[in-house]
Amino acid sequence: MYSSSDLKKGLKIMIDGEPHVIEGFDFTKPGKGQALYKCKLRNMITGSLFDRTYRSGENFEPAPLEERDMQYLYKDEAGYVFMDAKTFEQVILPEQTLGNDYYFLTDNMEVKVLMFGDQGIGITLPNFVNLTVTHADPWVKGDTAAGNNKPATVESGYNLQVPSFVEEGTLIQIDTRTGEYVTRVKE
Amino acid sequence: MATAPDATRAARRDNLYARARIIQQIRAFFIVRAYLEVETPHRIPCNAPEEYIEQIPSADAFLQTSPELCMKRLLAAGYPKLFQLCRCWRNAERGTRHLPEFTLLEWYARSNNYLDLMHTCEELLCHLVPTGTLTWQGCTISIQPPFERITLAQAFSRFAPTSLEAALAADCFEEIYTEHVEPGLGTAAPVFIYDYPSSMAALARTRADAPHLAERFELYIGGMELANAFTELTDAHEQRERFNAALETMQAPNPQHLMPEAFLAELEHMPPSAGIALGVDRLVMLLTDTAEIDAVVAFTPEEL
Repeated sequence: MYSSSDLKKGLKIMIDGEPHVIEGFDFTKPGKGQALYKCKLRNMITGSLFDRTYRSGENFEPAPLEERDMQYLYKDEAGYVFMDAKTFEQVILPEQTLGNDYYFLTDNMEVKVLMFGDQGIGITLPNFVNLTVTHADPWVKGDTAAGNNKPATVESGYNLQVPSFVEEGTLIQIDTRTGEYVTRVKE
Repeated sequence: MATAPDATRAARRDNLYARARIIQQIRAFFIVRAYLEVETPHRIPCNAPEEYIEQIPSADAFLQTSPELCMKRLLAAGYPKLFQLCRCWRNAERGTRHLPEFTLLEWYARSNNYLDLMHTCEELLCHLVPTGTLTWQGCTISIQPPFERITLAQAFSRFAPTSLEAALAADCFEEIYTEHVEPGLGTAAPVFIYDYPSSMAALARTRADAPHLAERFELYIGGMELANAFTELTDAHEQRERFNAALETMQAPNPQHLMPEAFLAELEHMPPSAGIALGVDRLVMLLTDTAEIDAVVAFTPEEL
């Protein structure tokens, strides 16, 4: 159990039966008055963001969340299907839960699925993924200046900036935390 | 291999130099005006019981939440004008404008009342801002006396969707005050908020013509509370009753908060006086155009 004074950015607590993460936090206390704990909360299931202010002496249940190692199988109408390789248990994450993470999912990829009970509410991708460039302007011969970037699209439909020497069909590494190009990958 | 010093401290260099200069300017201001600088113990048997201030134990004593009680005992002993720059501790107060260990400037003057203290505040701010203007977080703030004076009720009617009375009746004073009122206070020029309900001023004298109001004010600059001042209560009997009331309503965890008996015994001898506490860390924030209190101290508790 947490109390008001434990509240801080990143803490995950239960509100109205659903897990929430504190994305913004400040403590205020008008002179001689009561302390207030101002939280910007995100519902970890619906993704909705809202402000709520608490006073001292309130109690909060920690959100019972668990990360499980799972493998991405395929996508169908219900969403993205993941499987626990040990138990063969399958979990489906709807498209809106995944957000932009789906751009970096590749078949059989090992990810961590954040579980709230038997409900999957998010994934943690590997830090780096390799994807093939499906569209990029051709390299202009002679353009060797470092730092010259151009737009490109990879197989999942994700758009990013790549160095000018990267061409269609090149396999590149992308940092999933920033969404940025890292390097060319030799196959 | 030795760890390199954290770059955080190097990044604060300008602020820490400014801080040292500001503290020297504060000293010079009070010394010229014949205030005696004093040092009173940081560890004391107990602080003044106040409902929403939690003291931190230190062996068989407590760290001071303010030097107030010792300063007033010096007034009672006949010292006419006093100031102190010191560390104070208030448990679990941590935010962009709060540190659990922070620096207070307190000053007290015999035969002063809270209106006299407003005047001294104006002089001090003008001393620290000789150009007459400061810029803080995008606000250009004119530091020209006299500063505006508005009552707490007026501040509510100017900035809040409800009146002060309605906020108090609905038990949401702090929520409405911090959300609607505070951010608007002192954004173009400093402002004094006064006429606080007596229930919000446990150590202040009440107004003779309006006993439901206390002779208390707060100074705001840039939406930030900078100082809190009283005409001091000198009636020991009434002070004991107010402390008793505070002790009764205090929330756990605040066990065995003692009654400051030595202070109450000497309060009878304290002449009419006024005193004020000003947050030095916040003052440095204002004068260095800094948004967060962390950036004006050498170390925050999390960095130790």
